[in-house]
Amino acid sequence: MAILETQELTYTYSVGTPFEKTAVDHVSLSIEEGEMIGVIGHTGSGKSTLIQHFNGLLTPSSGKVILDGRDIWADKKKIRDVRFKVGLVFQYPEYQIFEETVYRDIAFGPKNMGLSDTEIKRRVLETANDIGLPEELLERSPFELSGGQKRRVAIAGVMAMEPRVLILDEPAAGLDPAGRELIFSHIRAYHRRTGNTTLIVSHSMEDVASFADRILVMNQGKVFCFDETEKVFARAEEITKIGLDVPQITKVFLELKRRGFDFGKEVYTVDSAKELILRRLSERKGL
Amino acid sequence: MLKDITIGQYFPGNSIIHRLDPRFKLVITLLFIIMLFSGGNAVCLGIGAVYTAAVLLLSGIPLKMYWKSVKPLLPFLIITACLNLMFVRSGEVLWEWKALKITDAGLNISLFMIIRIVLLIMGSSVLTYTTSPITLTDAIERLLSPLKKLKFPVHELAMMMSIALRFIPTLIEETDKIMSAQKARGAEIDSGSFGQRAKNLAAILVPLFVSAFRRADELATAMECRCYHGGKGRTRLRQMKAAPRDYIALFITIIFLAAVIAAGRMF
Repeated sequence: MAILETQELTYTYSVGTPFEKTAVDHVSLSIEEGEMIGVIGHTGSGKSTLIQHFNGLLTPSSGKVILDGRDIWADKKKIRDVRFKVGLVFQYPEYQIFEETVYRDIAFGPKNMGLSDTEIKRRVLETANDIGLPEELLERSPFELSGGQKRRVAIAGVMAMEPRVLILDEPAAGLDPAGRELIFSHIRAYHRRTGNTTLIVSHSMEDVASFADRILVMNQGKVFCFDETEKVFARAEEITKIGLDVPQITKVFLELKRRGFDFGKEVYTVDSAKELILRRLSERKGL
Repeated sequence: MLKDITIGQYFPGNSIIHRLDPRFKLVITLLFIIMLFSGGNAVCLGIGAVYTAAVLLLSGIPLKMYWKSVKPLLPFLIITACLNLMFVRSGEVLWEWKALKITDAGLNISLFMIIRIVLLIMGSSVLTYTTSPITLTDAIERLLSPLKKLKFPVHELAMMMSIALRFIPTLIEETDKIMSAQKARGAEIDSGSFGQRAKNLAAILVPLFVSAFRRADELATAMECRCYHGGKGRTRLRQMKAAPRDYIALFITIIFLAAVIAAGRMF
């Protein structure tokens, strides 16, 4: 069953002023439980506005958001429960850190949920482990940590709420390649352990291509396409036309195809590329 | 919620009012305020109202925006008007009920006050709606520059004002973001008991201050990298030059002011 669904979701900013803008335009989509989804779109495509509807931070101008078969706005008083079920990590989440110790900052969300101290402790320790924060850091002030560590503290703060749907908006923005890989591998590990639904927003395909089950491409407030990763990359050329970048390895294979080497398959990870080329080479030797 | 603040909001446009020299606009606004308060009778107020209406229409900004600038102050206006109505005892009694007396003088005073304040807010909104904050502080600096001779730090003052104005929207946006982030973690800000909300205020104020200091630090570095060293010897990309239309606008305003003063004497 779909865990999260939108029906004709529309959101307009600054209605009635010269700055009026429709950021999300009649979006209908449905996300299954346990999926890992990449949300792609360039700046201003409406992806950040869209995800803020999923946990009820923004109220739709029209249309519906349905979580677990229930319209999240059916009962306004229960919107906080929605936020516990759908965890949202904003861009540059390290700027929301405020507590005196790392432990207390990660515990802020679970504490708001009204959990018992032992349960909070279990969750903080578990998520700190998932995200790769050593235990001795937990009693330090978060403001003394490095940028990458702060980022992980902030992400752990949302993960510790154990939401059924975890949404991360550009979790690796501004980190170096090693830091990016680290964050993504921790998110994947958490996803595997808990089996939750995860959405990763990014403006770069490269980040999500290798592990997303499905990819949602947003363009000018509308769904450009929402399909399995392979099928999305079958439209690589259209995607480049709307100003999005496809992984470098896909570009190499598009160029190879243009020059007469058709591998008959969309390639978006280096590993699969290696395999395809090796196979083709051994076939040739066989001839 | 925070997005509804209209103070200091600027609506880009190309109307005749937008194109006026900001220095003239400042002086004209000052004259306009004097105009509203220099005559005490209906004719004076009528002239002021005609002037305000003309400027509002010329500015090319939806009239709804002006209504938005007045709206938050309306309750205060109505309350003070009611107080005036009840406590002014001079003049002829129009209506009486036990200790309550409404006189024609009281009615006059409260009506005049409401109209005056509404005109004042709308008229001065034209200045901020049609002038970008940066040009406005530039104009203030230019108008106050004679004070430099008295060692008054005009440039520094103007620079601080522009920086403060420049960062209002940034800080509002930042606050909005932090509030959303904390709400996503289940903090009760719009709802919940007073104690809960007060406690959660720390979750917003701490990150906000941290980022404000960080921004200030970055800005200072950026300014030094570009060799900023105060106002001495600094030249400008956009020189302010008065055009004929500026003098015409000033002239028209002075005529209106004279008319109001004359009307005040005659009637």
